[in-house]
Amino acid sequence: VSRSRTERLVNLVICLLSTRRFLTAAQIAGTVPGYEHDPDDPRDHEAFQRKFERDKAELRELGVPLETGTASVFDAEPGYRIARRDYALPDIPLEPDEAAAVGIAARLWQQTGLAAAASSGLAKLRAAGIDVDPHATLGVEPVVTVDPAFEPITAAIRARQAVTFDYRVPEDDAATTRHLQPWGTVCWRGRWYVVGYDLDRKAERCFRLSRVVDTVRRYGRAGSYTPPEGVDLIGHVARWSAPMERTGRATVLIKPGRAAGVRRWAQDLSTGAQGDTAVLRYAEPEGLANWLVGYGSDVTVLDPPEVRRAVIDRLQAMVAGHPLPPAAVAPPRTEADAPARVG
Amino acid sequence: MAAGPAADRLGRLLNLVPYLLARPGIRLADAAADLSVTDRQLREDLELLWVCGLPGYGPGDLIDMAFDGDDGVTVTYDAGIDRPLRLTPDEALALVVALRMLAETPGTGERDAIERALAKIESAAGELADPPVAVRLPGNADRLDTIRAAVAAKRALAITYYTATRDETTERTVDPMRVLVVAGHAYLEAWCRRAEAVRLFRVDRIDGLVQLDEAAAPPPQAQPADLSTGAFHPTSDLPLVTLRIGRGQRWITEYYPCERVEEESVEHWLVSLRAADLGWARRLVLSLGPEVTVLAPAELARAVHDEAAAALAGYDLPVQVPVQ
Repeated sequence: VSRSRTERLVNLVICLLSTRRFLTAAQIAGTVPGYEHDPDDPRDHEAFQRKFERDKAELRELGVPLETGTASVFDAEPGYRIARRDYALPDIPLEPDEAAAVGIAARLWQQTGLAAAASSGLAKLRAAGIDVDPHATLGVEPVVTVDPAFEPITAAIRARQAVTFDYRVPEDDAATTRHLQPWGTVCWRGRWYVVGYDLDRKAERCFRLSRVVDTVRRYGRAGSYTPPEGVDLIGHVARWSAPMERTGRATVLIKPGRAAGVRRWAQDLSTGAQGDTAVLRYAEPEGLANWLVGYGSDVTVLDPPEVRRAVIDRLQAMVAGHPLPPAAVAPPRTEADAPARVG
Repeated sequence: MAAGPAADRLGRLLNLVPYLLARPGIRLADAAADLSVTDRQLREDLELLWVCGLPGYGPGDLIDMAFDGDDGVTVTYDAGIDRPLRLTPDEALALVVALRMLAETPGTGERDAIERALAKIESAAGELADPPVAVRLPGNADRLDTIRAAVAAKRALAITYYTATRDETTERTVDPMRVLVVAGHAYLEAWCRRAEAVRLFRVDRIDGLVQLDEAAAPPPQAQPADLSTGAFHPTSDLPLVTLRIGRGQRWITEYYPCERVEEESVEHWLVSLRAADLGWARRLVLSLGPEVTVLAPAELARAVHDEAAAALAGYDLPVQVPVQ
């Protein structure tokens, strides 16, 4: 990147900030160093126009609010200026502890895209005179990650523009193309969702962002819908994962010293001759049976009969599903001692 | 969105004038360190700004700075760029979402400061504010508070910890390093004296906790883990388990990192994942139910068979052993 280009861009910003009148491209070329050219030479003029277009695009990419308009009703040619009130960051009177919190927040991002946005945002706050303690900590820090669909969907939410994407639910056989007016995104228990109006189902729906396949495309007009007032985004997602009430009571026999995972949830653990007896609360028998079958011979269900029956059915099916090879010579059963990174 | 290097430098220069304006007399070396640029880069930026200014570009129009004998710099004329640019939508989003995450993280200190900062950033972001993003993280705030206090006190901890991969509860002495929330779970990262390695302990599996009189002393080799791709990184030295699963078990492909997912037929998928421990894999397979068949390793298929048969014996039921 040439120094002269950066210099020209800084001068362009200063020039457009300092003017109240809209300045035409020709006026800018006659003022800002770096745009000198011969307007009567078609080639030279065209080179200038390309350069100026590139520079405008660069300023817009950086977020400089370039205004377009005409200086007076007699002017046909459009001009440019930058309104100071749109350009300047408003005053943000952050206390030191608040500034520290923003500094910590800015470094939580793990994705490159939003991490860069967070640190350039922080750089602006510091430029506004806010000092940020780089060593501050809060004791507990979340690692912030988002799915690739997060950025395009939040951009569409801002623009109030419909999106379409392919969505794959594991239980379904194929991805389906969905059309959505997105209202907002939700992080619920570590997973990201988008809530909105599903244009195919004609109803409110939420989608898990990790299930969006490939790209999210915006379509239709920006500003074409208005999300409902005061919509409870978290409520939309949470309603699908409300905790179930554990009203059932099962009694199980646990081998001495085994099935630590079951013991952690046990009520009324008592030691007997054949092992320890424990009472478990449960919401539905099938789920409890699945969980207990995982512990194999370490746990035997004594009661109620429906859970006992469900466990026996599963065990029998597992035996049948894993037949012994003919003339099996059983290798000694080993439990690899590979250390688990996460317990 | 990430901008190109030209935009990066332009953005840096537009910030530099107000940055210096707010800190008259700041030493160049301090400013460079604070802005994470080299001394040389900063000098080059200043030299460039020096030739920029208002149309006319005469001595009174150009950005001007005074240097004192101690390498301190003071902006004496700003040519109108006395404030930084507004936050872009992405910058506002990135800061606001991260602050909401912090505010929602159970056990975080300074919650009040976070909430106040959030309100101020949102109001400065104007119409970009209120990016419609809501955050709710689960967790036991009381337990996290206790653990966080122990980390802050820099004391070693005796913990009772349930290791799900081995289905055992153990007593360990650990030297706490930090507390994190990753993908909805809170973790204590600590040097485990028993394993002689850095471990992540899921807070909801810490069943008991005693603060010791000893100071926490993680050895120099105890490095924080890279968590950018989640808390669990299966490595290729762990046994690869291949399962045939039915529709009702497809959730495991979202829950565990899988190396391979293949559609064998409309109903059945073949799934390969790394198991930290074959005993864990056996418990997983048994709990997934009869729709699941172990294809590899043979050792695991055998273990599933034997364990199910042994469990049936506990019900005083005959085991019919089918032979292929």
